[in-house]
Amino acid sequence: MVFKREDGRKPEELRKPINAKVGIIPNADGSAMYQSGETIAIAAVYGPKEHHPRNQRNPRKGTLRCNYNMLSFSVTDRIRPGPSRRSTEISKITEWALTPVVMLEKYPNMVIDVHIHMIQADAGTRCAGINAAAMALAHAGIPMKNLVSSVAAGKLDKTVVLDLDKHEEDFEEGEGSTDIPITMTPDGEITHIQLDGKITSKQLKEAIEMAKKASKEIYEIQKKALKEVGEK
Amino acid sequence: MSENTRKIIIPGEIIVKGEEFLPGDGTEKRGQEIVALRYGLAEESNKLVKVIPLSGVYQPRRGNVVIGQVENINFNGWFLNIGAVDNGFLSLMEVPRYVNKDGLEEVMKIGDSVVVKIWSINKRGIDLSIKSRGLGKIEEGLIIKVNPNKVPRIIGKEGSMIKMIKDETGCNITVGQNGLIWIKGDKIENELYAKKAILFVAEKSFISGLTDEVKKWFESENKGGKK
Repeated sequence: MVFKREDGRKPEELRKPINAKVGIIPNADGSAMYQSGETIAIAAVYGPKEHHPRNQRNPRKGTLRCNYNMLSFSVTDRIRPGPSRRSTEISKITEWALTPVVMLEKYPNMVIDVHIHMIQADAGTRCAGINAAAMALAHAGIPMKNLVSSVAAGKLDKTVVLDLDKHEEDFEEGEGSTDIPITMTPDGEITHIQLDGKITSKQLKEAIEMAKKASKEIYEIQKKALKEVGEK
Repeated sequence: MSENTRKIIIPGEIIVKGEEFLPGDGTEKRGQEIVALRYGLAEESNKLVKVIPLSGVYQPRRGNVVIGQVENINFNGWFLNIGAVDNGFLSLMEVPRYVNKDGLEEVMKIGDSVVVKIWSINKRGIDLSIKSRGLGKIEEGLIIKVNPNKVPRIIGKEGSMIKMIKDETGCNITVGQNGLIWIKGDKIENELYAKKAILFVAEKSFISGLTDEVKKWFESENKGGKK
């Protein structure tokens, strides 16, 4: 039996349109936008700058401070603005996904602020946020070992699929839906992986392989966006 | 003297392959390959590969002439904001004449702008100097701010660009490496004219053959100005 996705996508197909744009916020040291289907994220980077409060300074290496926020109009039902349990968690996750590639040891006692805002949300927001943040960090001229690209793999009933939208995330037939956001470098090194739902280890491997291919695709889009802004 | 082809590079991208190349600023050697660590223009000369930054905050370097603003005063010097992460410190010893311990404000008070040179950068901070020609407190004129990464274009090859702007507008211009530019002319109109020219250069900084472009711009401006 071949599983059919409601929007007619193949299992390993990403949502369209995928847009990336760099340098959207003139006041920031680096900024970027990333759109995947109906999900749009914007990221702004400020710094490296003086770290306040002083007691949180690290004299060995710099600090990366991420702030993820969903704007109140980003979903159909207005969400209450301000930090929530969910947004604090995703902020932390984003930090962990980006820290392995950012060379913070060059900026002891300093901080790099990354602000991520979702202006439209339709599942996969943390992935869109990480993609935008990676581009914004590069645009800010911060030394990085590599770029990172993020994509969510998933499972609908028994089929492994890629890049679920909100409608698919709420899928409840059979085994239901599983969501696996993965962040990796173009070399295939994973910096972040989460799993929400049930999956066999065999299918998890399949999902990672799928995400690896898709992250290369996203990397090319990020690369193109960064090169475009310099030529302008 | 080969014409270097510069191309935009992103972090993690391979610039060149080969054992003979040496990694310079903003690059790293991984096995046989020279890999970029930051976003910018890749340049290769004499087997040395480096990345010229296009964006980001100002990175102070020894010997840079910068324009700073007095932020704080203590008993033996002034703290200047030079647009870098650390504040710069200008010692009282740098002032050639005798200054009373309570009279530091009389020389430079909080909010004053000063042209300074970066003397040294160490763990404690940045030490500044004003013991050189062209340095010192700014008494009058106009200070404008541009992106620090565009300063090399504003100065031009061996100062060609800034010399042309100076000649055309009749203003005295000091370009700080931190992106602050001090314009001083006889008339305010001339200062504003110079400001317009500099902002034009900063905006068009990506064009090759920029000096000719600016020459044309001056010609068209002069025609319109005389009527």
